[in-house]
Amino acid sequence: MNLNLLILIPFITALVVLFCNGLKQVRTVALLGSGLQLILAFWLLYCFYEERSAGNVSQMVFEYTYQWFAPLHINFHIGVDGISIAMILLTAFVVIAGVLVSWSMDTLNKEFFFLLLFLSMGAYGFFMSLDLFTLFFFLEVAVIPKFLLIGIWGSGKKEYSAMKLALMLMGGSALVFVGLIGLYFNTNIDGFHSFDLLQISKMKIPLDAQMLFFPFAFIGFGIFTALFPFHTWVPDGHSSAPTAASMFLAGISMKLGGYGCLRVATYLMPDAAHAYSEIIILLSTIAIIYGAFATLMQTDLKYINAYSSISHCGFVLLGIGMLTQTSITGAVMQMVSHGLMTALFFAAIGMIYSRTHTRMVAHLGGLLKVMPFISSVFIIVGLCSLGLPGFSGFVAEMTIFIGSWQNPETLYRIATILACASIVVTAVYILRATGKAVLGPITDAHFNTLGDALWNEKLAAILLVGGIVAIGILPFWLNDLITPGSQQIILQTGQNILLK
Amino acid sequence: MLNDFFILMKQELVLLAILFILLIIKVGNDWSNERLLNVINALLLINVVAGFIMPAEGALFGDMFKTNGLITLEKNILNVGTLIISLQSYSWLKNHKHLSEFYMLMLSTLLGMFYMLSSGNLLMFYLGLELSSIPLAAMANFDLEKRKSSEAAIKFILSSAFSSGLLLFGVSLLYGTTGTLSFTEITPHLTNAPLQIFAFVLILAGFSFKISVVPFHFWTADVYEGSPVAVTSYLSVISKGAVLFVFVSILYTVFKPLADVWYNMLFLLSVLTIVIGNLFAIRQDNFKRFLAFSSIAQVGFILVGISGSSPLGTASVIYFVLIYIFSNLGAFGVVSIVSALTGKENISDYKAFYKTNPLLSWVLTIALFSLAGVPPTAGFFGKFFLLIAGAEQGNYVLISIAALNMVISFYYYLRIVKSIFMDPNEQPIEKLTVPWMPKLALFLCLAGIVVIGLWSTIYEYIYSLSIGL
Repeated sequence: MNLNLLILIPFITALVVLFCNGLKQVRTVALLGSGLQLILAFWLLYCFYEERSAGNVSQMVFEYTYQWFAPLHINFHIGVDGISIAMILLTAFVVIAGVLVSWSMDTLNKEFFFLLLFLSMGAYGFFMSLDLFTLFFFLEVAVIPKFLLIGIWGSGKKEYSAMKLALMLMGGSALVFVGLIGLYFNTNIDGFHSFDLLQISKMKIPLDAQMLFFPFAFIGFGIFTALFPFHTWVPDGHSSAPTAASMFLAGISMKLGGYGCLRVATYLMPDAAHAYSEIIILLSTIAIIYGAFATLMQTDLKYINAYSSISHCGFVLLGIGMLTQTSITGAVMQMVSHGLMTALFFAAIGMIYSRTHTRMVAHLGGLLKVMPFISSVFIIVGLCSLGLPGFSGFVAEMTIFIGSWQNPETLYRIATILACASIVVTAVYILRATGKAVLGPITDAHFNTLGDALWNEKLAAILLVGGIVAIGILPFWLNDLITPGSQQIILQTGQNILLK
Repeated sequence: MLNDFFILMKQELVLLAILFILLIIKVGNDWSNERLLNVINALLLINVVAGFIMPAEGALFGDMFKTNGLITLEKNILNVGTLIISLQSYSWLKNHKHLSEFYMLMLSTLLGMFYMLSSGNLLMFYLGLELSSIPLAAMANFDLEKRKSSEAAIKFILSSAFSSGLLLFGVSLLYGTTGTLSFTEITPHLTNAPLQIFAFVLILAGFSFKISVVPFHFWTADVYEGSPVAVTSYLSVISKGAVLFVFVSILYTVFKPLADVWYNMLFLLSVLTIVIGNLFAIRQDNFKRFLAFSSIAQVGFILVGISGSSPLGTASVIYFVLIYIFSNLGAFGVVSIVSALTGKENISDYKAFYKTNPLLSWVLTIALFSLAGVPPTAGFFGKFFLLIAGAEQGNYVLISIAALNMVISFYYYLRIVKSIFMDPNEQPIEKLTVPWMPKLALFLCLAGIVVIGLWSTIYEYIYSLSIGL
């Protein structure tokens, strides 16, 4: 399969959208384009299984290389393994759901869908990149549309949030940039420097260079995924963004960071990852607990989900920092699971908000009686978030905990216990919000006049719920997809506790 | 010999021919401005095309004048930029009394830059430099009714004279210690002697004035603000670009033995320039002043690239200047159209610009993104390669400072994007009808911004030419 299609399809769709007239044409084209993305993503999965069963054991499949800037040995190099495919599938799901929930976008719809599709192009390119320059290129492609999406179509203090988000993410990519440049000048492949991910992974980067540049890369990517002291863009950004942008932000772009931490920082600088793992664990445990407790205090549904995202993304970093095969598999599963779940959560909040015009938990109540579908979705996603078995959240977090526990040192054990304990707090805020907003008596008479989800919203929700449940009850397929990839990363770090 | 003369000096001769044609038209005819502009732009187009035909390599007049593939390319870049500026200023020049004089001045500065680029001797270089800066002062004064414009001209000529003085002092000291003015003969005589380093510092200061490196940047903002937009854009891209080209080649060839000395100086100057340029750009409301400070910051980034070494340094600087010409002219193009049609030059006037002029807004936004270095615009590639060239020395402190300053620069570029798209405004700039010439110019800029980055052949071509240096 030609991976370029996954970059070209969103790009072409975005261009076609620009030449459409009126909301109807625009959204039809956008839906067709994102539907095509979803089909392509599944087709990719199918081809991948075919390829593997045909005995192709190479680390990356469907590789494509185009010599881009020859004097600097920069190539356009893409390829996928199981981890990438999992992320691509997640992206495709979130994109189509995002398009569907923006079905009646009335202001500047052309620009809106253009930016959404452009962002999705960046995400696909990022998840497939095997060259650090290509990777960085797509990382930044995915940042700027967010600024416009939040600033133009957002609500509340949107300009402030958009600027904060853009600057913090750009700051993150500036750090990543320094890290990548540092890596580049410490490589020596046939006498030349190289950005090629696979080639760099095969050579040993000097330890002092690793120790110097790992923090740059890890913190840089960490900012994208709400690493503890740099998480402040998350609540503002999510709460001001329009629904689809929140979904993209939490569902896709926070995952860019997690994927980067894993694929670039940990995979290419394994010794440093090992050396710094205690700090990573510390920060991510703080993020988990702090995020959970901060959520307790929130009264706005979007803020609740934003802070809980900080907590949930903490699990991703915890899994990465633990550096065992199971925990890294769990981290990737958590990325997929959290991506789907949080996109669904934001979609549900958006649906509620567009009807009731409030996101305050205190003002809501009894929604189950007037909008049963949306409320059910809300309950499902809440249960998934608190880690109920049968949904993806349980599977992912469980895998991370098992993986973490394999790391026998005291600090890691304590971190694992603390992280486990945070689930109780999660249950408190989720159950409280669900109970207040969805169950109970109807608090406002005008709620009675509101209608339930439309077909597009239903379709979006069903797709995402389908994803969550599929992972929840059949976790092994995702596990099997990811494991070879995480095994590679663990082999690189040279310490596999399972094997000890 | 005569053949050589015509082939090697081809670009200068074409320019000279155009100058004479203009003179003849001015004396013998009474053409309308419209017709004149058509003819002049056609001539400039011929000039651009002619520049690409038959590139030659060689030297004339005992190495006074030399040319090669790289120098020809640099001249071509300047030609293209001049054509774009000329197309952009259509609305402003259409009603100007002294249209042909404007072009004569502009072309003579361009001629001066060509001589400067081709110089193989400090005297020749100085001649070219003066020819390229004195007419610029007259051009800065071309908004004849505006006081600010005259003020800009006076400030420019004074600072320019002062910097030339510094440069000449440096040149004379250099002559005193080496006994020669020829570039090739100076190099072996450079021995890190204190007097030579002093001479070099003076020459560096002279250059720094011309490309407005902090702390020699004080004239920039005032001159940019007072001059007509066309002149501002000419100053900020063409004149700066030309001096930068020369600066790179002189540092890498003539002053190569002093590399340790100038590396530290460039390190300091680039950090200062980026930081000060960025911090001042944040507070500006006048669009031209804003672009002045943003261009100062850009020069800081270029200095980071120069602090590397050839050929990576040369290639990335030329590549960046090429991109910078297109991006900056994209921004200036919109500003000049708005300024010529409405007289508004403040960033706050651009609030809700998108509601009335969506296309112009996109052009401005994309140009600003390119200046900020956002992919997939060319600016991303330009900055990336500059910083790679700078990092070659292993100075990661410099690279980190530069990278973090890119974030600051994002803030002020995004601030304008925010005004255009997000801020409410009761009286936005009305819908503008843009004549075809500026439209073409904007289209060229957009095409440049998209193509130069993604199409790697251009970078590879520049790189292949700079290996020879």
